[in-house]
Amino acid sequence: MTRQVKKLFIANRGEIAVRIIRAARELGLTTVQAHSLADADSLAVRLADEAVNIGPPSAAKSYLNVDAVVAAAVASGADAVHPGYGFLAENARFADAVEAAGLVFVGPTAQQIRMMGDKVSALEAAIRAGVPTVPGSKGRVETPEAASAVVDRIGFPVMIKASAGGGGRGIRVATSREEFDRLMPQASAEALAAFGDGGLYIEKFIASSRHVEVQVLGDGHDVVHFFERECSLQRRRQKVWEEAPAAMLPADVRAKLCQSAVDLAKAVNYRGAGTIEYLYDDTTRDFYFLEMNTRIQVEHPVTEMITGFDLVREMIRVAMGQKLRMKQSDITIKGHAIECRINAEDPSKNFMPAPGLIDTLNIPGGAGVRFDSLLYQGYTVPPFYDSLLGKLIVWDEDRASAITRMARALGELEIGGVKTTRGLHRALAADPDVKAAKFDTQFLEHWLEKNSENLGE
Amino acid sequence: MATKDLLSPLPGTFYRKPSPDAAPYKNEGDAVKKGEVIGLIEVMKSFHEVHADSDGTITAFHADNEDAVMAGQPLATISL
Repeated sequence: MTRQVKKLFIANRGEIAVRIIRAARELGLTTVQAHSLADADSLAVRLADEAVNIGPPSAAKSYLNVDAVVAAAVASGADAVHPGYGFLAENARFADAVEAAGLVFVGPTAQQIRMMGDKVSALEAAIRAGVPTVPGSKGRVETPEAASAVVDRIGFPVMIKASAGGGGRGIRVATSREEFDRLMPQASAEALAAFGDGGLYIEKFIASSRHVEVQVLGDGHDVVHFFERECSLQRRRQKVWEEAPAAMLPADVRAKLCQSAVDLAKAVNYRGAGTIEYLYDDTTRDFYFLEMNTRIQVEHPVTEMITGFDLVREMIRVAMGQKLRMKQSDITIKGHAIECRINAEDPSKNFMPAPGLIDTLNIPGGAGVRFDSLLYQGYTVPPFYDSLLGKLIVWDEDRASAITRMARALGELEIGGVKTTRGLHRALAADPDVKAAKFDTQFLEHWLEKNSENLGE
Repeated sequence: MATKDLLSPLPGTFYRKPSPDAAPYKNEGDAVKKGEVIGLIEVMKSFHEVHADSDGTITAFHADNEDAVMAGQPLATISL
């Protein structure tokens, strides 16, 4: 069933709100930007056709306030809501409330969000679809005896994870039986306090792995993939530098990896843009399902750059009930793309946040360069939200050329008035191990121990 | 009696309690030691402790729990 959409309400802020406004405008839609009191002068508000105040600066009282957001969307006369990423993007109650109000939710169904949002039900869905998973309890462990039986089977080291956790929170690693017996009760108590659910599960800990993820798009019936990204360079489990495709992935593994993502999305009749995240062990060439994110991701531009498709436009189209416009055979990889997240943080001072006035701004340009950001000269970056200022994205014929181009573009980028992570990215782009793609998910933390003092600007 | 204003070191959201359900770190009239935590500032989703910069007694708070504050804004007055 096709649903008519003329006016899109953007329930997010920052660079992704700007990104959504651009896609909506190209589709001929009118845009309404939701904003907190602190974001009344944001770039997204300036660019949108209309803007509506949804509450005070605190995200809990504005961007995370389901009732206020839905009421504002209805009052604005919008017929669809785009949740972006973060905030309410993976909140099933929000998706339900939007649809109950008669508006289109630009994303999957609330039921799909619920299934993939709970780690255990997501893992069960992956196993049913034949997607490889990390050896472990394959679900909640309800008793200490059941937990012991799991570690006897898979051996140490093991990870203890909170069933309701996310973003790296609620994870502990045990390397011995003694440590395991000590950590299990702590982990359960912490999960109960943090997430209101003390449920735990246990997985084999894989010491060195890469983070790879597959972009999918579904229309509720058919699903296609747009190949993979590699996001191994992380700090505190937050991605810092992302690439597409994954440089070290052999072609036969790539084919299996991408097919497994399609299998999982098809098994749940997935609608919208989604990402299936995996651990990849390049010594054994095994990949393991981590989780599925039921939204557009921060790093989606690298996929757009190598495939030539506009994922945000396409996710709006499928939300309106349209069929996928491309077949799998239409989607191919051309060249290589890299994204550097430019944050308002001082990398020489333990990434201390640095909100403030942007007094000068020079945005890099030239062939193969894209800058998705929330910045304009004279803008004051508020302290209330995350520190992402923008994403510098480059495309080139191959990985080595893309790194050279990234170094060139970083050299042109000038953000005056606040500390940024530009210096970190310039150092990474010059690092021999980064150039050789010799890294795993622990690499950046170790690298920073040696190099962080030299990253200030 | 000498008094001193304790200024916010950062812009952000001021919290007087370690968690929503906990008791405040300090109330008006409480004694404080230099270095003691009197609140938190949340800036860009990271939390930073606010420490008393001298021994004394807190005579007034100038920001409520969850108030938006600017760097340099008085958070509390301490009588020395």
